[in-house]
Amino acid sequence: MRDWVLSSLSVLALAAVPLASAQNGAFHLPKAVKAGDSFSIPTSGNGKAVFYLVGPGGVLRRDVHLGEAISIASEDLQNAGHYLAIVSGDSASEVQTLEVTASQPVALGFLAKPSRLPVNLHNGISGVVYVFDAYHNLVVDPAQVSFQLTGASGVNETRIVATRNGVAWTKLDSASKQGLVQFVATVADVTGRRVVQQVPGDPCNLRMNVRQDGQKLIAETEPVRDCGGNPVSDGTIVTFTETYNGDEATVDVPLKRDIARTELPVHDGATITVAAGVVLGNEIHWK
Amino acid sequence: MKKGRLLSAFILVATVALITVGTLWPVETASRLAGSAPHVIRISSSPQAAVENLADNIARRDWDTAYASLANKSDFTEPDFIRDLSGSYDSLRTYASLASYDVHPAHVSPEAADMRLNLHWSTVVGPFVDTRALRVTRTGSGWQVVWPIVRESRVPPQVIPVNYLRWDVIYRGPGDDWGAQDVEAPHVRIVDMHPVDRGGGVVVLGELLNEDVVPAFVSVKATLLNKNGSAIETEDSFDKISHILLPKQVTPFLIAFKGVPLSRVDAIRMTPTASLIAAAADPVIEIEDQRMNPLPDAALVGKLLNQSGQVVNVAHVLGTFYDSTGQIVWVADHYVDRALLPQTPVPFSIPVPADLVGKVSSERVVTSTYSPDRIR
Repeated sequence: MRDWVLSSLSVLALAAVPLASAQNGAFHLPKAVKAGDSFSIPTSGNGKAVFYLVGPGGVLRRDVHLGEAISIASEDLQNAGHYLAIVSGDSASEVQTLEVTASQPVALGFLAKPSRLPVNLHNGISGVVYVFDAYHNLVVDPAQVSFQLTGASGVNETRIVATRNGVAWTKLDSASKQGLVQFVATVADVTGRRVVQQVPGDPCNLRMNVRQDGQKLIAETEPVRDCGGNPVSDGTIVTFTETYNGDEATVDVPLKRDIARTELPVHDGATITVAAGVVLGNEIHWK
Repeated sequence: MKKGRLLSAFILVATVALITVGTLWPVETASRLAGSAPHVIRISSSPQAAVENLADNIARRDWDTAYASLANKSDFTEPDFIRDLSGSYDSLRTYASLASYDVHPAHVSPEAADMRLNLHWSTVVGPFVDTRALRVTRTGSGWQVVWPIVRESRVPPQVIPVNYLRWDVIYRGPGDDWGAQDVEAPHVRIVDMHPVDRGGGVVVLGELLNEDVVPAFVSVKATLLNKNGSAIETEDSFDKISHILLPKQVTPFLIAFKGVPLSRVDAIRMTPTASLIAAAADPVIEIEDQRMNPLPDAALVGKLLNQSGQVVNVAHVLGTFYDSTGQIVWVADHYVDRALLPQTPVPFSIPVPADLVGKVSSERVVTSTYSPDRIR
């Protein structure tokens, strides 16, 4: 790193040399090139000189003969950005600028959030795409990005967005059915793929039944589903509460195969209620 | 510089003086409980002395001597006596140490006495008191304690099939590309929050809901803000919350700010945090026979019934108390000092401040359980 800084400083110092006897038009740069392109720089004049190419992340130094073309190989110019080209002769120097732009998109940085969300959520899924070329340069030229959500039943939603300064983003709705969906972003023939888990919402129409089994009451919910008919995830806590003679019994039970089931003590006249989170279910008076 | 030397010299002299005083004239009960006093067999010449001797031996965990001093040792074995005090299974009792005790005579006659022994145990989650009503009888020239044995239930050897849910988590690894998703943190929401002024300080009461489909390790932090919007103080709920929340589970929380009156507070910034945690849906604990005990010993009492097949070593019970409008008026907790065995009720008692008893219209109880077998 220190060597690079020192060499950059020395090259810039060379560029500051007065052009009193400069050989104007000693070399001719193209106005812009793509990263990774190879090209040659024709020079005029005669004698020996040193060619410097100063850009982001590196300096290229080469001894040249004026009057001969300078060849730049594809591996010499891989970082996009603003470059200084300097030809320094015995008594004078000449400086020109060169813009190196990113080449064709070959990779995507695809950020999809969240990885898990409830069904039926408007603008719940966000996708951001960064377009890169083969040398990890951000491709700032506009490109069309296709965002597509695909579930088990086929394509749910597609949106085409143009990149601005190399970035494209969108927001999509989650579907009404639970399950894994593929979230795919495509630019040209480059594809990024993420998986989003759509999970059931809050329980809807929570109902239970109670029956007596010996000295115990068996309280059991009907299959618990959300308002879209999706079975609520196993492990969801359902709270049964029995109130009797001023006393109370409560049990937090996890759903197993869509049903929560527990035992409660038998008390005539007891009131039994059921709830899951902030959702209340039905109430039963036991006689 | 000169002041610093004077202070150093003063501290040195004071330290030497205190060590000398403590060595020459130690506090008797402290040295007995610490085990530093020489072990001498004192004659139980009075009911008080008999009970104190017994308590000293319990404090030193000198079970042989303690058991040998009892009047009714033919009624139970020494292991029964040890299990009564330390628990049959690992629990808070197993790792508790006797911090202090006090003895109160209830009735004394020439041949017998009724005494009350309060054993103050200290544990990592705070102290608990074990109160025993003792009968002390005269035997020859001395007195002996009749120990009221509490026989802990034993679970007979058996196989209990369980079919519990469990969540495990795989996080993104170093080999994944930089844009790859990590598992989403659980989504939690504060569904109720209510600050009260109590004892000259602010107490923030509330409830937190895990609205996700995965278990969450949760905590709540509160920051008191003054009129300028700058922070006065920040605190978190520490153990006044059930830290592990299964999907759609609700926990109360209490955050206490001592010494900050509510009048100084303009706003409160609440920060709930949640992270994914591997957890199991079992054990299921039924909380039965909940009722409010009236004053003067106001408490929410009930029994915990372990409906699962595993032994729960430590149970933490949190009570939320509401007024007639459904607003939270208090949150309190209690650690159960005995292990919860399958299908074996264990009582609990959550104390309620006397001045709030009249306001309480309903209550809700949740439990957190800890079993080392499940911590992997």
